[in-house]
Amino acid sequence: MSRENNILVKLNNAGFKQNGKWLVEGVTLAVEKGKIVTLIGPNGSGKSTTAKIALGIYKNIEGSVEKYTNKVGYVPQKISIDWTLPIRVRDFMLLTENIKEEKIDEALSLTGVIHLKNKSLGNLSGGEFQRVLIARAICKKPELLVLDEPVQGVDYTGEIALYELIKKISDSLHCGILLISHDLHTVMTATDHVVCLNGHVCCSGSPMDVARNNEYKTLFGEQASQILSVYEHKHDHVHLDEGEIKKN
Amino acid sequence: MFDDFFIRALVAGLGIALVTGPLGCFVVWRRLSYFGDTLAHSALLGVTMAYTLELNIALSVFIISSLIALILIQLQKKTNLPGDALLGLLAHSSLAVGLVVIGFLTFIRFDIMGLLFGDILAVTTDDLLIIWTGGAVILLLLKLIWKPLFASTVNYELAEAEGLNPDRAKAIFTILMAAVIAISIKMVGLLLITGMLIIPAAMARNISDSPIKMVIYSIIGGLLSVVLGLFSSLEFNTSSGPSIIMASLILFILSLLNIKQSIKLKN
Repeated sequence: MSRENNILVKLNNAGFKQNGKWLVEGVTLAVEKGKIVTLIGPNGSGKSTTAKIALGIYKNIEGSVEKYTNKVGYVPQKISIDWTLPIRVRDFMLLTENIKEEKIDEALSLTGVIHLKNKSLGNLSGGEFQRVLIARAICKKPELLVLDEPVQGVDYTGEIALYELIKKISDSLHCGILLISHDLHTVMTATDHVVCLNGHVCCSGSPMDVARNNEYKTLFGEQASQILSVYEHKHDHVHLDEGEIKKN
Repeated sequence: MFDDFFIRALVAGLGIALVTGPLGCFVVWRRLSYFGDTLAHSALLGVTMAYTLELNIALSVFIISSLIALILIQLQKKTNLPGDALLGLLAHSSLAVGLVVIGFLTFIRFDIMGLLFGDILAVTTDDLLIIWTGGAVILLLLKLIWKPLFASTVNYELAEAEGLNPDRAKAIFTILMAAVIAISIKMVGLLLITGMLIIPAAMARNISDSPIKMVIYSIIGGLLSVVLGLFSSLEFNTSSGPSIIMASLILFILSLLNIKQSIKLKN
């Protein structure tokens, strides 16, 4: 298989069936270097399943996956640490790859949890643990980052900061990101490509395209559509008559 | 130097403790104690096979235990029975088959007690060779699969997603379990091997805050248990297996005291 330009992972009409029931089917999408692709959709629409297909966690799939990188960072949606495991944050950072001490410190500082480095993983709060998960995933400088609702349980200001961080990482590492998010504001600001799922791909395209799509409106309601269109007008500059741009 | 039976037993026991320490941690982490029991029970069948076919005991136990592990994996795929029911099925039926076969082997004099609870008098210089070379191979393989095995113990999907091949690591680990039972059966006995795997690791859990520390304390606990157990076995003329396990139990109880103290210190 030849690698098309900057593609890191590509799903061709992919689907996954469990116990005779399709969790998701007919998904076609591609994540490219430096681009952020976001999956949106209601509960049970197959977002996490699609991410797991892309990651190669599910083996017996319909369709095909082409993966062109082995440097992957993954923030799963659910993860519980067994109390029988004595494991500190610093041990967890080294879970899948050996990483230099200063790189660990750097990643933990970026997500604001450097003070927890020697704490036991089992004693962290939900939001703290989420920050550690993100730090671990970005620490290994992946080419492909898969984030399944990465900021769940994080406080509001933290949420914004973390999404800004994710955007920054995509720019600085030039890695591709597959993001699953409920936050439509984020979808608008950071995303290059949106895929709206509901057991299948119901629509996809740029955030604006998706917001104008009728299927999207029926799925999320008129209000959600307005969130996106409001965003369209929230520019940080205005266009003057002579083609000049004036910053607000 | 190895002429004395007690020195042989000591060297054998220390070799076993070096291996059961780290492996035992994974048994505790991955909740495999009943799985270990099942493999150990099937070892009786391995021993009878060794006598009938005049094979080396460790080799024959290793073959049978690996076979049982394979059957378990197949049964898990083919039936809807829960894992513990399948383990019980395999453990007790292989034990039963082993005992029945022994009944037929009337031409061989069996020391059942020695088989079940270990016999330090039975350790030969050949056994020492098997324990130390086998043990070295087990430890080397465990070191090689450490990262994928540990990562998948924490979270399988994370390990799989980030390309660590956890299924292969798990398969190798299963074989290592069969191997550690094979090399330690003579010394500890088939009823108590799981204790040798679990109790030092459980003791270590009480006093450690990181995986590496737990492995190190588990090894130290196992070594101490072997030394204490064998000396008391010699002193009180008790079976080696139970004596070693009792020593590790005492260490476990001491580790509980340590927890209470540290809680007091915090308050």
